[in-house]
Amino acid sequence: MTATTKGSANPLVPRERIKLPRQAMPEQLAQIRATNFTEVNLGYSPELARQEALRCLECAKPTCMQHCPVGVKVREFVQFIVAGDFLGAAAKIREDNVLPAITGRVCPQEDHCEGHCLLSKKVPALGIGYLERFVTDYEQKMGVRSLPKVPPTGKRVAIVGSGPSGLTVAGDLVQKGHKVRVFEALHELGGVLVYGIPEFRLPKQIIREQLDYMRAMGVEFETDVVVGRTVTIDELMEEEGYDAVFIGTGAGLPQFMNIPGEHLNGVYSANEFLTRINLMKAYQFPKYDEPMIDLHGKDAAVIGGGNTALDAIRSALRLGARKAYVIYRRSEAEMPARAEEAKHARQEGIDFQLLTNPVEFLSDGKGWLSGVRCVRMQLGEPDASGRRRPVPIEGSEFDLPLSVAVIAVGTSANPMIQSTTPGLVTDKGGYIQADPEKQRTSRKGVFAGGDIVTGSATVILAMGAGRRAATSIHDYLTTGEW
Amino acid sequence: MFNILHAESIAPGVKRFVIEAPRIARKQRPGQFIILRIYEQGERIPITIAGSDPKAGTISIVVQSVGKTTNLLNSLNSGDHILDVVGPLGKPSEIAQFGTVVVVGGGVGTAMAYPTAMALKRAGNKVISIIGARTKELVIFERELRAVSDVLMITTDDGSYADKGLVTDKLRQLIQNGVPIDLVLAIGPVVMMKAVANLTRGERIRTVVSLNPIMIDGTGMCGGCRVLVDGKSQFACVDGPEFDGHLVNFEVLTQRNSMYRKAEQRSLAEFQHHEEACVISSGGGR
Repeated sequence: MTATTKGSANPLVPRERIKLPRQAMPEQLAQIRATNFTEVNLGYSPELARQEALRCLECAKPTCMQHCPVGVKVREFVQFIVAGDFLGAAAKIREDNVLPAITGRVCPQEDHCEGHCLLSKKVPALGIGYLERFVTDYEQKMGVRSLPKVPPTGKRVAIVGSGPSGLTVAGDLVQKGHKVRVFEALHELGGVLVYGIPEFRLPKQIIREQLDYMRAMGVEFETDVVVGRTVTIDELMEEEGYDAVFIGTGAGLPQFMNIPGEHLNGVYSANEFLTRINLMKAYQFPKYDEPMIDLHGKDAAVIGGGNTALDAIRSALRLGARKAYVIYRRSEAEMPARAEEAKHARQEGIDFQLLTNPVEFLSDGKGWLSGVRCVRMQLGEPDASGRRRPVPIEGSEFDLPLSVAVIAVGTSANPMIQSTTPGLVTDKGGYIQADPEKQRTSRKGVFAGGDIVTGSATVILAMGAGRRAATSIHDYLTTGEW
Repeated sequence: MFNILHAESIAPGVKRFVIEAPRIARKQRPGQFIILRIYEQGERIPITIAGSDPKAGTISIVVQSVGKTTNLLNSLNSGDHILDVVGPLGKPSEIAQFGTVVVVGGGVGTAMAYPTAMALKRAGNKVISIIGARTKELVIFERELRAVSDVLMITTDDGSYADKGLVTDKLRQLIQNGVPIDLVLAIGPVVMMKAVANLTRGERIRTVVSLNPIMIDGTGMCGGCRVLVDGKSQFACVDGPEFDGHLVNFEVLTQRNSMYRKAEQRSLAEFQHHEEACVISSGGGR
């Protein structure tokens, strides 16, 4: 089903639209939310959404859409909102995005659509993410969502990993009539959306709703399958009869810093810290069996400046940490986290120790962390990433007392599939090589996308790869051409 | 959902389970492990696989009651089910013709050493097995291990069965008697594996130990199971679980395994209290 645009219902001329202020997202008070795991953002009301949508300049060549990794038709869905047809708007988004309730919450819009909104040249950009979130939440509340009816093609596709890229491939392909089965290593579906992103940023209920919708569309899921161990790619294709495989296994192994004291009790990788909280619900111990360190009244720090780092330290704060630091070796301008997350973290009282780098974790003498020794940094010449390289300032060492330190400095490739799939070519870092246009690997019928190809990136970039992969898998299955 | 097809008590506080898990049974190799989660609020724990039957689609595990999860698991019987079982995880044991191999199993480690001992025997090795247990009732897998060993030795801490002493006493004897040993495989409590490694280090006998640190996902994603081997971080779940015993830092392993001791004790106490209450309220006695 394709929603048709009714043309502009916007009564305002562009001059008037520019004068309208960007509608702020209603959010929980910082003092309150710092003590709970309920979502920070509360969502637009229909009135706020209409008001915000009126600001859209309805550009003839919408740059917002051109910069969306999955190509959401922003202008058109916003026009539906202006016209008061919220369900039409949601349907328009779904033509290109199978997980809009998720991207509306976690996508770094400032790097994509909003970053290229014409308004942003003079005034704040259109709140595209907020609008996307509003219409998909509205659609969920109304409980009406159309299920596409398509004739089956008889082709079967195995998808490895139920994170953003895998779910996108599954959603796109099932709508083309292919039989799709998603394999997940963990006991819960959703990948990083479930184990990585905390409840206060992306409620698990939202993911459950998306998964229910996919099940209703006919997507099959199997948990507790570690592809590469439980079953190999070759076995899936040769013995289980899958015509194509998509590998979307995600970021893989957490990196450590290789500084003294990393084995002390109280030092975590961000993946472990967040998995204990989000997936295993360790913060509800003893109602849930998985334990974690009691953070009440203790000082905690995260090392790193990405979304994962902020997710970890804001979780620590919510679990009762007395002081909560972000230790980041560059300055705020280079921080890879979403702008909104950094703003929220500051409001909640997170202490940013910028241009600071840990050199050693300190022990209490009994195997537990007691602090971290840091050195102050200054920015030098730009490095390979184009960002100015941080250089230590001699003699600036200082100690920060801590009970918990979380390391969030990135990940490296998990080799489990690569090492059990002969002929699957990887790059120097062990990431699977896939051509950026069609996401094809070196093995016929095997596609890959997301962090296992690019290294740590974002939900929306993984979804973009999934989208491209789904298109080329469909081409491959219908033409047989590789 | 994974069905328990068979459950039997093989020693006080130790149970053997046969679980229906066709995918895992097909792929399992000696030395690999599973991670299981019994129920929705449960934790994920790793357990080394004690055997598998690919035709029947089953795996077997041997579980000793230690904390809440293992106590809960050991209260289950055939017909019950386990919510999640995932595997086989970890690298399989290296199986080759080494010559003479000494397999040392301590406590339930004996059951975990059994598949590897069998594979080593089939590969043409002379297998000398040493079983160590605290007391007579805790000696397990004696018959199974005897069937795949050229020589089987048993020690109990209290002398209630076979020879009084520790597994390292037997190993030291072998070395002193000039038995040429090409490989030692030690699976059991950390203190035992450490003692074995300390003994063989000076003799330059290659020694493999199987580590069982705290784990969550078992796929390399969380890094919680990191161990210090030759001064470098290794993940027991993907780089192990077997490592060169002479290079493992056992102090760090012991320290990291104690990380949640207080929480574990609390969990267990509450579970046992609840179990007692259930027995009383249901009118059940002994």
